[in-house]
Amino acid sequence: MINLESMLYVFSSVLFIIGIKRLSHPKTARSGNFIASLGMLIAIITTLVSNSTVNLELIAVGIVIGSVIGAFFAIRVEMTQMPQMVAIFNGFGGIASALIAAAEFLNPSEPLLSFSIATISLSVFVGTLTFTGSFIAFGKLQGFISGQPIVFLGQQLLNAIIGISILGLSIYITLDPEQINIFYLIIAASAIIGIGLTIPIGGADMPVVISLLNSYSGIAATSTGFVLNNNALIISGALVGASGLILTNIMCKGMNRSLANVIFGAVGLEQTTGSDGESKQINVKSYSTEEAAMIFDAAEKIIVVPGYGLAVAQAQHAVREVAEFLAKKGKKVLYAIHPVAGRMPGHMNVLLAEANIPYDQLKDLDEVNNEFEDCDVALVLGANDVVNPAARHDSSSPIYGMPILDVDKSRTVIINKRTMNTGFAGVQNELFGYDNSIMVFGDAKDMLQKLLKDLKEL
Amino acid sequence: MDINIFTVFILAVFVGVEIITKVPPTLHTPLMSGSNAISGIAIVGAIISTKVGGELGTWLGFTAVILATVNVVGGFMVTDRMLKMFKKK
Repeated sequence: MINLESMLYVFSSVLFIIGIKRLSHPKTARSGNFIASLGMLIAIITTLVSNSTVNLELIAVGIVIGSVIGAFFAIRVEMTQMPQMVAIFNGFGGIASALIAAAEFLNPSEPLLSFSIATISLSVFVGTLTFTGSFIAFGKLQGFISGQPIVFLGQQLLNAIIGISILGLSIYITLDPEQINIFYLIIAASAIIGIGLTIPIGGADMPVVISLLNSYSGIAATSTGFVLNNNALIISGALVGASGLILTNIMCKGMNRSLANVIFGAVGLEQTTGSDGESKQINVKSYSTEEAAMIFDAAEKIIVVPGYGLAVAQAQHAVREVAEFLAKKGKKVLYAIHPVAGRMPGHMNVLLAEANIPYDQLKDLDEVNNEFEDCDVALVLGANDVVNPAARHDSSSPIYGMPILDVDKSRTVIINKRTMNTGFAGVQNELFGYDNSIMVFGDAKDMLQKLLKDLKEL
Repeated sequence: MDINIFTVFILAVFVGVEIITKVPPTLHTPLMSGSNAISGIAIVGAIISTKVGGELGTWLGFTAVILATVNVVGGFMVTDRMLKMFKKK
């Protein structure tokens, strides 16, 4: 029986791996997700059958409640709100692992070894930190909490002290497991450090934070797997942990920043403390949508560059209508997606897919950057820092070295923004003052609808 | 410590890195929500912990079952909803 149980866990782990492997292409991705969910079903049934002493009624009630909540969110969530949803789900996964470890500590099924106590501490620490950190991230994305970094004097010192205390307490409890109060202290300190590490991070750095918290929820599951000596948890947790870390790394590279700089740098703060007066005055040309329509009419190749502003304005459907109209007139239309556009990895791609834009028109940074040289119009929608040429040449700029989309190499750049406000990095974009740049002010959705109307009237 | 489970862990990390680096940027959001669902594997641990002796352990396990199920069901469903939208011309 033991052998069959282990075999089935191995089988469900294999299904998880195959499932993720099929995510390597949009064509096979959906079946991959189905295969992974099948793996989960097998793991759950195996657990229920092989642990005859579990409280079945209670588990059934729990599963029903959880399924209803999960399904409700999955059906109702707007695609623009995906980052929030992933953030909060990361939190649930983290706290679930922490609760399991806590249950094992408070009511152990067998006397605990030092190794078990150490892994329980790790599980509780990472799980609780993921939980509180995810809620702060959720609050920032949803707007409950200011998207600005929240910093105070001695913040990093305080975090360091809490971190060292958690380590000390964990060692203490491993040596003396009778100290239940120490255990509660670890939980409280982990909750506080989760908040402390997330509040100083600005809204634009959220893609990194969400990826990192994703990774933590995997690490929490793995350490719970060590506590329970369960391979399914260890393997799945390791997969998720690796996935989160890889995405974190991709996001950091997309901003040319180190992980430490994202976590401790509080970038975006300059915006409020104000150095705006020093920034160079730039003269911009502002066009109406009618004038812009004429430029589009004369163009042959158009590249659309969407940013978070497009998501805020819910303009993904409007942009598709404009692009389809232009394509019908025989023009080539592409979309250039910067790795950190939006609030989570791949956020723009999902929004544009929702608007029925075929995924083969969406090009990532490396694919698209040499396309700008023979491009007639680059249409920048609610993006700012990711198209700022200062990143290439101005070593004093906070975004210097960040890989950008070379929209300025197009014949004409049409930039839609609501106002002349600076981007998240708090820097004025010199692109707006370039000779080949034209500003069209207004909400992205309104602007695109007017533009479509003007294009049709030409 | 059982060296076997540690071996499993290390190999799983390598497999994870190998397959996840092949996921294109277009699918990074579904990857996150899908891996989120997979981290709901904690449900296995949650089920086991409801049998741990004592009231407190059972209730902690019960709460963990609910939260992990939210993760599993919500994660897989929303991933499917997203992947359905990815179409070629």
